[in-house]
Amino acid sequence: MKRTLLLPWLKKPHKRALPDIQSALSPVRFYPFMSDLADIIDSTLQAINAAENMAALDEIRVRQIGKKGQLTGLLRGLGKLPPEERPAAGAGINKARKTLEDAIATRRKILESSVLDEKLNADAIDVTLPGRNGEVGGLHPVTMVLQRMENFFKSVGYDVIEGPEIEDDYHNFEALNLPEHHPARAMHDTFYFNPNLLLRTHTSPVQVRTMESGTPPIRIICPGRCYRIDPPDPSHLPMFHQVEGLVIDHGVCFADLKGTVIQFLRVMFENQSLKVRFRPSYFPFTEPSAEVDMQCVKCLGEGCRICGQSGWLEVMGSGMVHPKVLEFSGIDPERYTGFAFGMGPDRLALLRYGVDDLRHFLDNDLNFLAQFR
Amino acid sequence: MKFSESWLREFVNPPLTTRELVDQFTMAGLEVDGFESVAGEFSDVIVGKISNVTSHPDADRLNVCRVHSGDSEFQVVCGAPNARSGMKAPFALPGAQLGDHKIKKIKLRGVESSGMLCSERELGISENHEGLMELPADAPVGENIRDYLKLDDSVIDLDLTPNRSDCLGLTGLARETGLINGLDVTFPDINNTRPTIEDTFPVELKDPEVCPRFVGRVIKNININAATPLWMQEKLRRCDVRSIDPVVDVTNYIMLELNHPMHAYDLDRLSEKIVVRLSETGEKITLLDGQEIELQENTVLITDASGPIGMGGVMGGLSTAVTRQSTDIFLECAFFSPLSIAGKARSYGMNTDAAHRFERGVDWQGQEAAIERATALLIDIAGGEPGPVIDTVSEEHLPAIPEVTLRSHRIALLLGVPIEDDLIDDILTRLGFSFTRSRTEDDTIWSVSAPSHRFDITIEEDLIEEISRVYGYNELPTRTPVTSLTMPEMPEGNIPLARICDQLVMRGYQEAITYSFVDPEVENLINPQSEPIGLTNPLSNEMSVMRTTLWSGLLKALIYNLNRQQSRVRIFESGLRFLHMHGKSDNLELGNIIQEKTIAGVACGSRHDENWSNDAQAIDFFDVKGDIESILALTGEVFDFHPGEHPALQRGQSAVIRKAGEVAGHAGLLNPGIQKMLDIRLPVYLFELRTEFLMTKLVTQVRPLSRFPGSRRDIAIVIDRDITASEVRQCIESAADDTLINLKLFDVYQGKGIDPNRKSLALGLTFRHQSRNLTDSEINDSVDRIIASLEADTGASLRN
Repeated sequence: MKRTLLLPWLKKPHKRALPDIQSALSPVRFYPFMSDLADIIDSTLQAINAAENMAALDEIRVRQIGKKGQLTGLLRGLGKLPPEERPAAGAGINKARKTLEDAIATRRKILESSVLDEKLNADAIDVTLPGRNGEVGGLHPVTMVLQRMENFFKSVGYDVIEGPEIEDDYHNFEALNLPEHHPARAMHDTFYFNPNLLLRTHTSPVQVRTMESGTPPIRIICPGRCYRIDPPDPSHLPMFHQVEGLVIDHGVCFADLKGTVIQFLRVMFENQSLKVRFRPSYFPFTEPSAEVDMQCVKCLGEGCRICGQSGWLEVMGSGMVHPKVLEFSGIDPERYTGFAFGMGPDRLALLRYGVDDLRHFLDNDLNFLAQFR
Repeated sequence: MKFSESWLREFVNPPLTTRELVDQFTMAGLEVDGFESVAGEFSDVIVGKISNVTSHPDADRLNVCRVHSGDSEFQVVCGAPNARSGMKAPFALPGAQLGDHKIKKIKLRGVESSGMLCSERELGISENHEGLMELPADAPVGENIRDYLKLDDSVIDLDLTPNRSDCLGLTGLARETGLINGLDVTFPDINNTRPTIEDTFPVELKDPEVCPRFVGRVIKNININAATPLWMQEKLRRCDVRSIDPVVDVTNYIMLELNHPMHAYDLDRLSEKIVVRLSETGEKITLLDGQEIELQENTVLITDASGPIGMGGVMGGLSTAVTRQSTDIFLECAFFSPLSIAGKARSYGMNTDAAHRFERGVDWQGQEAAIERATALLIDIAGGEPGPVIDTVSEEHLPAIPEVTLRSHRIALLLGVPIEDDLIDDILTRLGFSFTRSRTEDDTIWSVSAPSHRFDITIEEDLIEEISRVYGYNELPTRTPVTSLTMPEMPEGNIPLARICDQLVMRGYQEAITYSFVDPEVENLINPQSEPIGLTNPLSNEMSVMRTTLWSGLLKALIYNLNRQQSRVRIFESGLRFLHMHGKSDNLELGNIIQEKTIAGVACGSRHDENWSNDAQAIDFFDVKGDIESILALTGEVFDFHPGEHPALQRGQSAVIRKAGEVAGHAGLLNPGIQKMLDIRLPVYLFELRTEFLMTKLVTQVRPLSRFPGSRRDIAIVIDRDITASEVRQCIESAADDTLINLKLFDVYQGKGIDPNRKSLALGLTFRHQSRNLTDSEINDSVDRIIASLEADTGASLRN
């Protein structure tokens, strides 16, 4: 582009007022003796070393070894000496000139660096002042845990599937072997819009939808918001998150479930010796069903307030997919088996980050959230 | 369910501490909510008898009691209002230790007192501290109170899963405990009591599918006012059941022990015969607890000639209840099918122990035994003459015990390890299951029938669960699933949501998570055009409708922070918003609800954090627009901002964002009226985008670079104020050819020197040709063409 730029290094330097030069030179004499020369050198050297700035130094240079300088004058005046004295005097003057030149050069370097210093000092800034526009936000701690979970499972080939939060009774309950009036429904205090429409109480309906539309092998996790009628308190929220996993293939077994769950918890909490145990439990959509406890991450099993002195934390429900659930979704339970698990990232975030009250996650207090980076 | 550990140990007594027993239950799948001792720590407390009570000479509220301890007598100063001569009460001997408190000989207002008479609270038995704990008249004076009241006991609180209703009774729990520990269980001796009278009461099962069995017995001439023995009262109390009278206590006792809910009617108040049937709409009943209920259809009813006298399997009725005047009773122990009871109590807002058991399933074979056990206990306490036990039953409607096939290869497949046939035999035997075993070429097959108390065994997987449970989940193998290393599809054109969120984070926004259900008033304020979808059973009115915009929650979070000394807030959220597909719909169904992924933000306060180098300028529309543009830029697609109107936003400072004519979102300044109503002290800028518009981009196909330099020409034009920058841009772009490679709007000026209705725009036009240098005249022609077009289409004039 033809835009002319005035480059900074082409700018004319500012003219600065020269400081007073206090000449330390002795009066010029035309035909000095060699002893005078020694005086000249001495006094000039003194003057050079006393020069406070480049201008003063230059002044000395001009006066002594410039075209009209004293030594130059002496050199020119050599002709007036007897011829036999000329070589020695010439050599003496040249030597003196060399001495002064060296001294000037040395002094120049010193002065140059001090000029630079001065300039640098003048331009110095307080680097400890805060920088400009460095504001950065952050992700919500539950999102951080969710992303971590997704990454673990994606890295070994799971797909991440989402689904609607307003669900119908069929996908939330019926297709999961939870018919109307099943006592287990009492464990799912459900928000309703009408008798058939509700806020999903878990992300299992996404599994159902995936099984309905896909064919094995299925390897998915379903993260998302879930809802149950629980007034907010330190360990309950009416809206929470869940990550459910589902694996269906030939020959998938309980050992696979155990291996997957143990690995996940160990990488999640970065502790390869974390103890995990499985307890028989009951979910209408799995058989056998297992509740999963992990060693308390706070006290490592010693017993503390977090784990209610038991040394264990209940973190997950799991089990082998109930054959009825497979059948409901058109998968032949004789050909395929599968496992499923479900856990709460809110609670995992609580444990991982040492939060003592779930309600912090929904207050959205910036003093709280800004701690997570 | 709370139960007494020592009661359980009457049936099976494993050599375990309470803690170990509780851990065993936990690992067997019977979750324990907690456990505690039935009494506090104390020693040297005995049954004492007060022989004499006189008033304290110097204190109105104190008495001086003479207390017998069996072998000696003590003088005790006591303030309990119920202390009286002849009363028996727990007596802490001098030197006794009650928790941290040591009982010493002391003087109270000058009178010597040795030892202490105790209330229930002082022994840690209950919170009752109104007076001394009154012991029965036959309590042996001098006996250690711990032994007498069997206080070395714990109450264990179980939270049973719905499949294990068999453990809702002590004998069932004992069976499970015996199974885990390999111990035999001693079940209570149940002997039939020979009828001494002929009396019966007729029962008809009109709807046998809901109640296929009703066992009844008449007992006459009982003494309802007899005292329930202390041991029974104590057992009931430790299981959280209040002692009422011998009849109620015995029926409750049977429910706790054998898991058979029972009911007793006052025989004199029954008329003609009992008919068990389903209700019709509008029938009414007054229940035992006094509440009158108008019945829905299909509720199981116990009726007699007078009408409904009990809600079957839930609660008895008041009109035929046993009272303190009753002498003749009719005992009921019935089987109601789980499906007929399931959810019924809840639908009337009730939750009874009986309904809890029936809806999960009780043993349908134990009713006669339960009646016999109840008869024996009751006659022992209250006397009476029993009639014969009558079992009214519809055999065909009783549950059938399914024969479940179990295959060894299936066990190995599901558990990942083969289990030896003999071990399976052993486990099935220990579970009390009957079976036959056979062999095919490559499989062992069991044909298994579960006992009638196990309602949860219907398919092969149920048996495999039982086997793995007894085998031990933690003994089963663990393995890492192996799969083929197939690379997943990962389209480069997909933009992950996380990338969009990261972009906002980099622009200084903090992510928030707000409730999906919000305050309808706020909704109505900021989005009155969309009727929100309402919950029928919200937690509160402030959480009663689904958000139609993420702004309702974000504004609430903003206010929360502004009220906590924040002055600069940037927050965003990503989540679903919920809309009716066609405005409001009376017939709400999944198909007419839009659940749309949305990303939205709010911003207020200074442009940048307070800093030494800036002047804390407040943000304006263009800051937020810049944030939005930085997200839109990820897609590489063209989005247009048009002046738009949104009820939440101030007209003239709001934009609708479109892509190819479709609305992708809104942004702008919060309507100052709404700002005021929400009591927000700073101007707030909002944006909301439909996430689907942000999730894809075109994979880049690069354009060749030109090696020729570009030439820039700057022009300044004056146009009417209401002509937008994008109109100017469109005009220029349509007038220019493809040598115009860049158009910058670098200044906007209104004010001195310009007509107040006009504004000045300074534009930088850069021209370049792909394959040669452009000549000055070519560029001038282009500029002239552009200016002419601006003059013609937008009424612009060149500014001098």
